[in-house]
Amino acid sequence: MAEHVAHTTEQAGLPEPEVAREWLETMTLIRRFEERAGEMYAKAKVGGFLHLAIGEEATIVGSTRALRDQDYLISTYRSHGHTLARGSDPNAVMAELFGRVDGLCKGRGGSMHMFDLANRFMGGYGIVGGNLPLAAGFALASDYLGRDEVTLCQFGDGASNQGTFGETMNLAALWRLPVVFMVTNNQFGMGTALERHSAVTDLMRKGEGFGVPGMRCDGMDVMDTYRVTSDALAIARDERRPVLVEAVTYRFRGHSMADPEEYRTKEQVDEWRQRDPVVVFGDELVAAGILDGDARERLDRAAIERIDAAVAFADASPHPAPNALYDDIYVLGDQVRGWYSVDERTPTPHRGEDERAMDSADLPHSDQGETVTKPTDAAQRDAD
Amino acid sequence: MAVMRYREALNAALREEMERDSDVMLMGEDIGVFNGAFKVTAGLLEEFGEKRVRDTPISENTIVGMGVGAAMTGLRPVVELMTINFSLLAMDQIVNHAASIRYMFGGQVKVPLVVRMPQGAGHQLGPTHSHSWEALFLHVPGLLVATPTTASDAKGLLKSAIRDDNPVIFIEHEYLYGQRGEVPDDEDHTVRFGEAAIRREGSDVTIVGISRMALTAARAAKTLSEEHGIEAEVIDPRTLRPLDLDTILESVRKTNRCVIVEEGWPHGGVGANLAALIQEQAFDDLDAPVQRVTGADVPMPYSKPLEQIAFPHEQQIADAVLAAIGDR
Repeated sequence: MAEHVAHTTEQAGLPEPEVAREWLETMTLIRRFEERAGEMYAKAKVGGFLHLAIGEEATIVGSTRALRDQDYLISTYRSHGHTLARGSDPNAVMAELFGRVDGLCKGRGGSMHMFDLANRFMGGYGIVGGNLPLAAGFALASDYLGRDEVTLCQFGDGASNQGTFGETMNLAALWRLPVVFMVTNNQFGMGTALERHSAVTDLMRKGEGFGVPGMRCDGMDVMDTYRVTSDALAIARDERRPVLVEAVTYRFRGHSMADPEEYRTKEQVDEWRQRDPVVVFGDELVAAGILDGDARERLDRAAIERIDAAVAFADASPHPAPNALYDDIYVLGDQVRGWYSVDERTPTPHRGEDERAMDSADLPHSDQGETVTKPTDAAQRDAD
Repeated sequence: MAVMRYREALNAALREEMERDSDVMLMGEDIGVFNGAFKVTAGLLEEFGEKRVRDTPISENTIVGMGVGAAMTGLRPVVELMTINFSLLAMDQIVNHAASIRYMFGGQVKVPLVVRMPQGAGHQLGPTHSHSWEALFLHVPGLLVATPTTASDAKGLLKSAIRDDNPVIFIEHEYLYGQRGEVPDDEDHTVRFGEAAIRREGSDVTIVGISRMALTAARAAKTLSEEHGIEAEVIDPRTLRPLDLDTILESVRKTNRCVIVEEGWPHGGVGANLAALIQEQAFDDLDAPVQRVTGADVPMPYSKPLEQIAFPHEQQIADAVLAAIGDR
């Protein structure tokens, strides 16, 4: 398998100036987005869990920039950066964190469950390892339908221990599916260090027994990540076989906002911060004369202003109305005419999307004198 | 009309839908070269080829998950699981993904996936191959759940399941595979989800039978009529999500008594749920408590005599009916 191991830093060369500038802009946008998301979490504007990708920007941007528009990207619960890199509107991503109607998923998914079909970002998923079979399914459909698409599936080092990892590697290799698996090795599965959770710490080798060759890239280096991912995608696309890419990186912040970080030393974090991918890449562009100091400052200022606008947008977006509770559970049609056909608990139910548009006289429960349940009714019922 | 076995009716549904729509494809363990553990997919590999009929490794969670992913991106996969017990290995993909994806992503995608699996006791397959778990899937919003009993419904419901844009858990029954029944020849014979079938009309008691138990209930009803002069109305809901509660309530309002029969476990079962719905909505029409006849509250034993008493038979149904009538 050694011939498939491509560590290509020595071939480094900056891309075209406008491309390099766009990469730095996107990395900076992700950094500033994540920082503000953390602040908004501290202010309780964002609920639940919040997993930030600060430190992983080169892995995210380098890999997604190797994709074409028609290719699929699927990721994990740490995916704000992925969906932004794919082209999602920062307003909608921030509004999703705020749980508002203008969020990417109408406030149903939250931080862990981003999704943007239009940009072929096929989702962030909260079940570790749960996204791998889905990725193979996308690749299966591409193959079956004869479409020129490749899937890039990102997951963490912790997910490489799930059963779906081995199952999916085997199936993708067996069926020669156009999919690249990228294990983002940020050194920890939540608070458990790599060497404490995986017998094989050389993660790029972990697919070999299943017939999936490995590559490794420096996930702190956007150019190396781009190059290796591009090579892997070309193999998947042209040779019809999956590849496992290990991107070696580090998250500068805790696993989530609720993480006292007792499992690692400040010295280790500081050491990795010396290689801050946004700073390092910015320095390279300045050194190469692509940016001057002022332009770099303006670029950063623009990112901050863009995120300020996203926060203002999210804050102004309304919460979902209570009668949206039952929307989008089912595709409505002849067989499922509305949520009421599957939820018969009460003669005065919430109404789903279709019923609200219908004349109430047409409703099957209308003879029972139903009315639209007010949120207080629902709260009362729950309290009962 | 043609007379065919339940498994042949399922096979015909798969064949017709594959002919009708090139996006329909099959995945499962031993469905191709082996022709399926219960021969439901017999001949389909030969007819449609390896692209559309795919033997998979033994990886239930991943083959269902791949079905979900392929359904999200344009296919209509039908995944076969060899028994309902094996579906537990795929529960993450069924519940966390297939059922949730449309909702949690704000309606951006649909998941037109069918997962087929047989259930049921009676073949001495012991505690990991014999259970009846409609209730596990009935519990999950986002899924549709079908439990066909007759050959005609097996075909009509499977065709509807494949054409529907929602994820469907399609629960077959091992005992029923060999049962014969009349099936309409029409290639557009479909059975709409959410429409119960009244298997026998009657005015004294309503018996709701789930999956195979609809047949057992019909036999019990015949005995009750012949030996006790009790006329039972037997209802087969056919699908549990959506549930045709209106037909059941209408019958209960007529008979004022109800017995629910299922092969699955009693606690948190289909009958428990249905009994709650009936008392919530037809309490004043009931002349007796709703009775439940269920499988025993044990893992299924291998021993033939123990297995036989671990799932309902006619006699228990008749006893439950007599208990309900006895309060008259």
